[in-house]
Amino acid sequence: MSTPADAGTTGLRVTDLTVVYPGAREPAVDSVSLAVKRGETVALLGPSGCGKSTLLAAIVGIIAPDAGTVEFDGEDVTHVPIHRRGFGLVFQDGQLFPHRTVAGNVAFGLEMAKMPVAERDKRVSELLELVGISQYRDQPVAKLSGGERQRVALARSLAPRPRLLLLDEPLSSLDAELRSRLAGEMRDILARTGTTAILVTHDQAEANAIASQVHRMEAGRILPRG
Amino acid sequence: MTAPKARRVSPHLVWWGLAALPLAYLALFFVWPLATVMWRGLTDDGAFRLDLAAEALTTSHTLKAIGTTLLLAAAGTLGSVVLGAPAAYALFRLRWRGVGFARAAASVPFVLPTVVVAAAFSALVRRGGPLAWTGLDQSMWIIVAALVFYNTSVVMRIVGGAWAGLDPGRVSAARTLGASRLAAFRHVTLPALGPALASAASLAFLFCASSFGIVLVLGGSRVATIETEIYLQVNQFLDLRTAALLSLVQLVIVGITLWATDRARRARERSAPARRIDGTRLATRRDAPAVIAALAALLVINGVPMIALVERSLRSSSGYSFKYYRALAETPARGLLPEPVLVAAWHSLTVAAVATVIASVLGLLIAHLVTHRSGRATLLDAVMVFPVGVSAVMIGLGLLLTLNRNVVGFDLRASWWLVPIGQSLVALPFVTRTLVPAARAIDDRLRSAAAALGASPVKVWALIDWPLLARPFGVAVGFAAAIALGEFGATAFLARPDAPTLPTAIVRLLGRPGADNVGMAFAAAVLLAAVTGAIMFAAEHFRRIGEAEL
Repeated sequence: MSTPADAGTTGLRVTDLTVVYPGAREPAVDSVSLAVKRGETVALLGPSGCGKSTLLAAIVGIIAPDAGTVEFDGEDVTHVPIHRRGFGLVFQDGQLFPHRTVAGNVAFGLEMAKMPVAERDKRVSELLELVGISQYRDQPVAKLSGGERQRVALARSLAPRPRLLLLDEPLSSLDAELRSRLAGEMRDILARTGTTAILVTHDQAEANAIASQVHRMEAGRILPRG
Repeated sequence: MTAPKARRVSPHLVWWGLAALPLAYLALFFVWPLATVMWRGLTDDGAFRLDLAAEALTTSHTLKAIGTTLLLAAAGTLGSVVLGAPAAYALFRLRWRGVGFARAAASVPFVLPTVVVAAAFSALVRRGGPLAWTGLDQSMWIIVAALVFYNTSVVMRIVGGAWAGLDPGRVSAARTLGASRLAAFRHVTLPALGPALASAASLAFLFCASSFGIVLVLGGSRVATIETEIYLQVNQFLDLRTAALLSLVQLVIVGITLWATDRARRARERSAPARRIDGTRLATRRDAPAVIAALAALLVINGVPMIALVERSLRSSSGYSFKYYRALAETPARGLLPEPVLVAAWHSLTVAAVATVIASVLGLLIAHLVTHRSGRATLLDAVMVFPVGVSAVMIGLGLLLTLNRNVVGFDLRASWWLVPIGQSLVALPFVTRTLVPAARAIDDRLRSAAAALGASPVKVWALIDWPLLARPFGVAVGFAAAIALGEFGATAFLARPDAPTLPTAIVRLLGRPGADNVGMAFAAAVLLAAVTGAIMFAAEHFRRIGEAEL
């Protein structure tokens, strides 16, 4: 996957991205620029409503930005449909498919990529192992606890080897103790898989635990460092 | 919570005392007639003769009617889903200016009386109609079109409700995992809508399988279903046993469909998310083709027949005029009707008023009795749902076979009372379906609080239950009145020839050749639609005030 290139063009580059919701006076995301190098994890820290989730949605392609560009490895993907960007997203509430088992959820992206069955099974096992829920492989997702659900969500997003993984408050629905434990695990998993990631959170400790770099966001803008 | 008080009357006694009224009503006017129908169908000279029954049922004539019923119902259901599901997306998933009005307009067909719908489609294809050249009059196709007209709104409401509550995040999740729009729809949206689609389809099938008035008017002498065959056997061949047998077959078909409907409904309730999500989104320019296509399709199937009906009610050989409306005040020539259509309309109003009072009072009583969930409440609730499944035709036939005689000292023979009784049975399930959830939604702690403050059970009902139930009751009364007024299935069997109701008068006029008769039928249908529409509008108004204040 990785191709040697100069530091300026590898990874994600967001330039002057702006999102204005219909009827809103102020833009939700206001001319944000951001760069994430390959293999790096960056956290966006800010209060709820500061536009961080909207920024993620615009990067992944769920929302079309009103201005600005999203590039990856120098390629402009601003107008590439979501499913062809190769970006993964872990939702705050997991968004697991209720009609599929744990393995069925993790396999979804691989099915979409038309991976052969044998290979797919192997990859699913690998990921369930990685996030530590192999024993639930054939369970319906409705039976899982909050922490287990988020593990499945993470495994599902990692399965198709996204070139960029976006994490939208992945731990905010969990209780404090579980949150700090999972944060550590998540950092290890991201490091082990060499995943380029952006984490959105309102929890300073979580941001520090998972990311190597933390940006603060407020009122649709990324605050200058310092 | 309540202060200790010497109870003079056992509450159980009071409960059963109150329950006695609806139970007796149902036993006398529903269970007994139904049992009579079964008895008449399966026995001869007091002995079970299943061989005779089998013989009557396996004639090619009867088998054809059964086949036609199933075929029409299947085609009507298919058409309703094909049109209703995309419309659900455009009208419920998306938000756009005027969507509320479009939803309301698209729901109108369902509350129109069958006779009006039948007259409207007849206006399209009958001689002189804009589609007369197609030769579709008295064909299966025109009946299917009318069924689709009716049931698209059912499908649209049920599927739309589910679609509007679907978390859009799930589709986004699929998209980020590499699913195209189509793949995400197939793998995520469709499975999530499955239970709602199944529920809507089985309900549509139920309505399609018991659409007596539509088939009778549009099928003429060429298309016969089980229900029109029952009518024919009773009115022309006086073969009550075959009629009774056919209605048993109808009962089986409806029973199976009801069972499927109930299963689908339970599955839908199970799959509904615990917390209600607003999954609607603002329509963008890219959605315009979908919205326009849905609106155009709805407009064609819903609008064109109604326009044709109004147009033909105004068109006579000498140009456009209110000639047919004026004729409603005169007795039609050649003894076609014993009295002017307006007299029949007045008759309809009084009969419907009585039926509405009966259904409303019984419904309110039942809602009160089943408010607290318990074994006996579940039983009563279940018993009261029976009439939904049994089609109106069967209610009419049962009452005709049973009560055309002296009942406990009352001579009900050809009595005026049979008509409102039949209509009240048809309307009752709709009343309880509206009132029971409303009564159950009242927080029981309110009643406890009132009782703790010294209110007697009667006071609690008057000061807590009634104020909170008044609005749903208004809606239920409106429903009942609209249903009773447009009721045709039961009324067709019970109304005396010398005292027709508005719907039976319309069908009689439509059944005779002659531009004047047909023109009057169209004018009368417009009148019926207007009155029913006004009642439903008032009922909806009640509902809206209620919602605004919640």
